[in-house]
Amino acid sequence: MLSTLRRQTGTGLRLLIVFTIVCGIVYPLAVWGVSRIPGLSGSAEGSVVTAADGTVAGSSVIGVDPVPANPAADPYFHTRPAASAQGVLGPADTTTSGGSNKAADSQDLLHEVEQRRAAIAQREGVAPAAVPTDAVTASGSGLDPDISPAYAALQVARVARVTGLPVAQVQGLVAQATSGRALGFLGEPAVDVTTLNLAVQGALHR
Amino acid sequence: MSDTLAGLFQVAALLVLLGVCYVPLGDYMARVFTAERHWRIESMLYRLVRVDASSGQRWPTYAAGVLGFSFVSCALLYLLQRLQPVLPASFGRGPVPPATAFNTAVSFVTNTNWQSYVPEQTLGDTVQMAGLTVQNVLSAAVGLAVAVALIRGFVRSGTDRLGNVWVDLTRGTVRILLPLAFVAAVLLLVMGVTMSLHAGVDTTGVDGAAHTLPLAPTASQEAIKQLGTNGGGIFNANSAHPFENPNAVSNLFQIFLMLLIPVCLTRTFGTMVRNPRQGTVLVSVMGVLWAGLLAVAWYAEMHPNGPAALAAGGALEGKEVRFGIPSSVLFGISTTGTSTGAVNSMHDSFTGGAGGATLLNMLLGEVAPGGVGTGLYGILVLAVIAVFLAGLMVGRTPEYLGKKLGRREVTAAAVSILVMPTIVLIGAGLAIALPGTAGALNNGGAHGFSEVLYAYASTANNNGSAFAGITVTGNFFQSTLGVAMLLGRFVPILAVLALAGSLAAQRRVEPGAGTLPTDKPQFAVLVGGTVVLVAALTFFPALALGPIAEALA
Repeated sequence: MLSTLRRQTGTGLRLLIVFTIVCGIVYPLAVWGVSRIPGLSGSAEGSVVTAADGTVAGSSVIGVDPVPANPAADPYFHTRPAASAQGVLGPADTTTSGGSNKAADSQDLLHEVEQRRAAIAQREGVAPAAVPTDAVTASGSGLDPDISPAYAALQVARVARVTGLPVAQVQGLVAQATSGRALGFLGEPAVDVTTLNLAVQGALHR
Repeated sequence: MSDTLAGLFQVAALLVLLGVCYVPLGDYMARVFTAERHWRIESMLYRLVRVDASSGQRWPTYAAGVLGFSFVSCALLYLLQRLQPVLPASFGRGPVPPATAFNTAVSFVTNTNWQSYVPEQTLGDTVQMAGLTVQNVLSAAVGLAVAVALIRGFVRSGTDRLGNVWVDLTRGTVRILLPLAFVAAVLLLVMGVTMSLHAGVDTTGVDGAAHTLPLAPTASQEAIKQLGTNGGGIFNANSAHPFENPNAVSNLFQIFLMLLIPVCLTRTFGTMVRNPRQGTVLVSVMGVLWAGLLAVAWYAEMHPNGPAALAAGGALEGKEVRFGIPSSVLFGISTTGTSTGAVNSMHDSFTGGAGGATLLNMLLGEVAPGGVGTGLYGILVLAVIAVFLAGLMVGRTPEYLGKKLGRREVTAAAVSILVMPTIVLIGAGLAIALPGTAGALNNGGAHGFSEVLYAYASTANNNGSAFAGITVTGNFFQSTLGVAMLLGRFVPILAVLALAGSLAAQRRVEPGAGTLPTDKPQFAVLVGGTVVLVAALTFFPALALGPIAEALA
């Protein structure tokens, strides 16, 4: 029995070495090779988006909350809260993705939700009850690129006021950054915050 | 379109996709494991590693192959992690600490993919690709091989040979897992999943703040992570991370991938035993369990009862906007019903009812529809128990697929199903009794208890998902959870191979007037009842202290 085990283990080791090369080097590099095809390479390298001046401003699929220089004149659309953030809202630590893992009956989480609701209501100048659910809950990744159309709509008035852009124009930019359900039934309607903020900056510098 | 209607359309689309693949892929896999001829590349490989591919093996030799292969796999993966600084493309990331490296090696070799580290900070490309991706493929191939050996036990008669473990591993890898994974990886690329050999990209946001976005060779690992029911994320947030799962289309595709092989294997079984209805009975049991738990989880998330969720206006903590509740619970139930354990939303933040449904899904023994191979042999063992129970009721020697179920067979089946509950209850009980555990928990009360129960359920079932608020980096958790993964994987495998051996040795008996028909709906009810009964009798007290208490609060 022991000699069988020893012999089989030896065979297993030889097979493992071959498969490490096939599955661990050839296979991923073949997929990487395919990812170099134009049209795929952009998203393969993280869907990077650039600002008008050419700087790499982020990824269209990653949301990191922008921090205004002057909180009283905040020109940005904001992402959802991130569990990895120092404060209750953001910005996320992009090198440690993840959620809060707090339960619905957690007193900590209840407290955070209340703080977030109050802070956002004050920022937007609305009643606390008007703040939507996605605005007061941390996402699973902490890097959620999207907010609900309701949360985007809530921020339009402030962004228009601070940037000086007409409300209708800001609403138009929000509409451009909004995607519906894929194929009409997959997922949820969402507004991409990174793209939206860049569009607002672009409109300002035009 | 209402959220619920859209969600139901999504479920329907998933079932149609699986239905389309059921017969072709199931029959293809049956041909793979019954074909006489080797592919030329396989013959070359057998010569290279000195395997006599024409020789069949008795069950102890087959089992020794599985154990030996898994042992060297663990050892190599441990070494790669410890030697990380000298490996190429490590991006300056240091050696993985010994306890974490042990836990991770065991985790990926046992198809668990429990993760106690932050991947985007801990591992470079070489460990990800040559270490983890490899085990994503091979641990699934091992599961396939064991399932096929058990089917052969039913099919063959009067022989002590179950087939050749090296041929089964090679064919599963070369003819099934790698080709499907490559196609899936390319489709994931088209859907926008990342695939980069760079450590990350430096960005300067609109506010002028600098952030580094870590990148990874994602698509190749993502494909086999789901297809092989592995579940280990290349990022800490797993499939909640936009680089792993950028949109609702990639999300549905990932759910499809994790269910694909376990579902189609029931057809492989039916085809190999020359009665496809035997497979239909099993897949209908799996489907009903999956659908029932999905309904519970979905309802619970739409009607949360926790004060924080009520204050927020809904159960969106730990979920991504692009998925919402329906796509999150569909993923959650599919990942815990298979042995995948990938997550696109944080199960720890699920409501009591939905978190309880994911937990129960694992505690059923992961047969709805279970992991690659493990799901099929799991439900076959439960079918053996069901036939035995029916035999007790009518006082006849039970038989299944023409094989008598005597003391040896029933003992092997009983050992196989009792291992997991034993580990879960002893492990969770021990952990709860220890004074240090309370400090490792992220939540208190009933939910805190659920975090511990979930950790042992997930590891003993080789699932790998977590109520991730629990801190498991201490030596107690690293080692006991590692042992839970090892016992939960290999004791059932040994029992199943012993069962296969004694079944193959028997001559086939022709069905008589008193034989229980096992290709009829009433047998599906019997098997489903057995699955629920075993889990309910074993786990009801534990579930009552955790998720049930939380759901009723």
